Amino acid sequence: MSFPWAKPYEPKAPLMRYLDEKLPLPRLVFNAIGAGYPVPRNLSYMWNFGVLAGFCLVLQIVTGIILAMHYAPNAAVAFNSTEHIMRDVNWGWMLRYAHANGASAFFVVIYLHIFRGFFYGSYKPPREMVWLLGVVIFLLLMATAFMGYVLPWGQMSFWGAKVITGLFGAIPLVGEPLQIWLLGGFAPDNAALNRFFSLHYLLPFVIVGAVILHIWALHIPGSSNPTGVEVKTESDTVPFHPYFTAKDGFGLAVFLLLYCTMLFFLPNALGHPDNYIPANPMATPAHIVPEWYFWPFYAILRAFTVDFILPAKLWGVLAMFASILVWFFLPWLDKSPVRSGHYRPLFRKFFVVLVIDMGFLFWLGGAAAEEPYVMMSQIATAYYFLHFLVILPIISMIERPDPLPFSITEAVLGSDDDKAVLATTPAS
Amino acid sequence: MIRLIGILVGLGFTSAVLWAFGVGAYTFATEPAEETAEHAFHLHPKDVSFPSDGPFGKFDRRELQRGYQVYKEVCAACHGLHLVAFRDLEALGYSEAQVKAAAAEWTVPGIDPNTGEATTRPGVPTDYFPSPYANDTAARAANNNAIPPDLSLITKARHDGGAYLYSLLTGYSEMPAEMAAEFPEFSTPTGLYFNRYFPNLNLAMPPPLSEGQVTYADGTEATVEQMSKDVSAFLIWAAEPTLEKRLQTGWAVIGFLLFATVLAWFAKQQVWAPLKPKKKA
Ligand code: HEC
Ligand code: HEM
Repeated sequence: MSFPWAKPYEPKAPLMRYLDEKLPLPRLVFNAIGAGYPVPRNLSYMWNFGVLAGFCLVLQIVTGIILAMHYAPNAAVAFNSTEHIMRDVNWGWMLRYAHANGASAFFVVIYLHIFRGFFYGSYKPPREMVWLLGVVIFLLLMATAFMGYVLPWGQMSFWGAKVITGLFGAIPLVGEPLQIWLLGGFAPDNAALNRFFSLHYLLPFVIVGAVILHIWALHIPGSSNPTGVEVKTESDTVPFHPYFTAKDGFGLAVFLLLYCTMLFFLPNALGHPDNYIPANPMATPAHIVPEWYFWPFYAILRAFTVDFILPAKLWGVLAMFASILVWFFLPWLDKSPVRSGHYRPLFRKFFVVLVIDMGFLFWLGGAAAEEPYVMMSQIATAYYFLHFLVILPIISMIERPDPLPFSITEAVLGSDDDKAVLATTPAS
Repeated sequence: MIRLIGILVGLGFTSAVLWAFGVGAYTFATEPAEETAEHAFHLHPKDVSFPSDGPFGKFDRRELQRGYQVYKEVCAACHGLHLVAFRDLEALGYSEAQVKAAAAEWTVPGIDPNTGEATTRPGVPTDYFPSPYANDTAARAANNNAIPPDLSLITKARHDGGAYLYSLLTGYSEMPAEMAAEFPEFSTPTGLYFNRYFPNLNLAMPPPLSEGQVTYADGTEATVEQMSKDVSAFLIWAAEPTLEKRLQTGWAVIGFLLFATVLAWFAKQQVWAPLKPKKKA
């Protein structure tokens, strides 16, 4: 693990020496996120989002556990118990808004983290395992958020659960029994609400486990960096602490400013008004839409409107799952040896198109299921699959990358000669 | 190999979705969607603002008291407010004694202490607002088969909450002549009322307010607009009694975070200062 020049952990205080012998937890922290972990000196603010995602996870767990002390997972009282939290529990309104907007903030951070990976080729060797674990975390996060949204038992909770579990009905033969088994009934009801609550409480801790593996796998090769050139010498790196604790600290402060602005001044802006209506199986809402962070995938699901060899509904479900599963294969679809988009002129152009395409999918997933939105989502969906499965593999075969800097130090200082290096190596 | 399979899978999804696009585009071009009366004549809420709007929002206690009066004397005949307790009315600026008296004006379900039979009794501050109907069936029977929704969360349960409510209450009208000409088959069945702010233009609530319907204790003139505005403000409060506290807390938090952000910036600058490339001498 780590580079040979990493600072060794040398506790001086007797207590710390004692601890180090009995339970070397401080050593683990020192080597993982302290002065004992060297990271490339040129990491940009795009490298803040991992730490921010970790912060969001802790935030969700803390607010969630307190909410769970006041919430009642029973279809008869769930809606009123969330309102009890909003009205009667001390600071309950703040907890609930913090948790609901925390989920949105989590997804903003995760999407930026993933797109950082797309642009800088973070999924490429030697970090494939880090990437694969990241996609697993994203899937777990989606499942957690989906089940959490069901808990307040409003109209969108109920109908969202009905539509999403209904997708399993599209699977040939086993679909319908599977759907009934998952829900514990023909439609979402108390049985479904109870198991969703149980799983919604469990999954975040599974995510914690996956995050530990994700970081463990990352610490073997260490972080990549904006040039994509691997670390060569000590002058390419700085210790994580204090350099990146300081930089992440500033990033966290900016994140909290934006998040708290939403929480206190626009707490319902990202939610749907219908979820303030108690669940009613007899009244279908005019537009059933999931939370905003699912919109790209919802747009893909709804884009398949016509049977084509297979039934349209089955295409939609397959495409929706495939649109995320394809990320698992990225390390093997994009074989270009150059990681960073900064040195890949052709790749960079298509990356911009992908970002615009995702923007469209976000917008269209929230739009009504009518023309011209459906046609637009069909074009956007076609590009999505072309991008990952056809364009990326072809670019990586034909592209001529720009020349890479010799080292990270050269990229930062414009020179790799000894004097410049010595003058700027952190005193350690 | 993976890339080859990938390209094939990618082309599979692309063809299926482009086929759907082709069929959709053909239908769109050959059978243009028909314009509906609901689409053409539905109106967005009126431009109206409330003292509680925006980051500096505050409740106007006197407005809320007037709105409470409208709710009590008019809307409560058909709409419940089951998430609000009488004790909450203290937030409108009433004293404890006034709240006690206000609660006693309501009749709530109770139990006869001698026989144990269901009966009614005057409300006490810890009671919640009673529902006007025994159950949904009774509500439907009394309202042309529509259920008047509970109003506790109504301003959060509709886009543009307060403005929508105000527009709905002041928005009853005759059907415009050009609409009757354009959509001859559109009609308002008996028992429904035409209102261009309601999504399907016909709703089961008869116009609830008329000029001078309530006599305001503070002497304000009870126009339909005034009553609508007051009751909307009251229902904004009912949907989120903690709104003021939320905004005040928000400013304290943002102030602290601004300070922390500036501090964090300078801390970061200082830590990184020795590493900044020096100009070559
Ligand atoms: C005579 C009974 C009656 C009275 C009095 C009454 N309403 Fe209603 N209200 C109804 C009915 C019935 C509906 C359901 C309408 C429908 O779904 O078509 C309704 C619906 C509503 C809605 C929901 C509209 C929507 O978007 O779904 C609001 C808001 C509302 N009323 C507010 C009020 C207010 C405020 C007052 C007092 C000023 C009031 N009502 C007085 C019967 C009444
Ligand atoms: C991975 C992190 C998590 C995510 C993304 C997440 C997401 C969500 C979402 C979107 C909601 C609906 C919000 C609303 O409309 O109010 C919700 C509700 C809820 N969550 Fe979580 N959650 C997470 C972790 C947790 C944890 C760890 C717990 C408890 C141990 C928890 C407990 C609850 C409870 C009790 C509710 C229902 C109360 C409410 O609606 O406010 N959550 N969650």
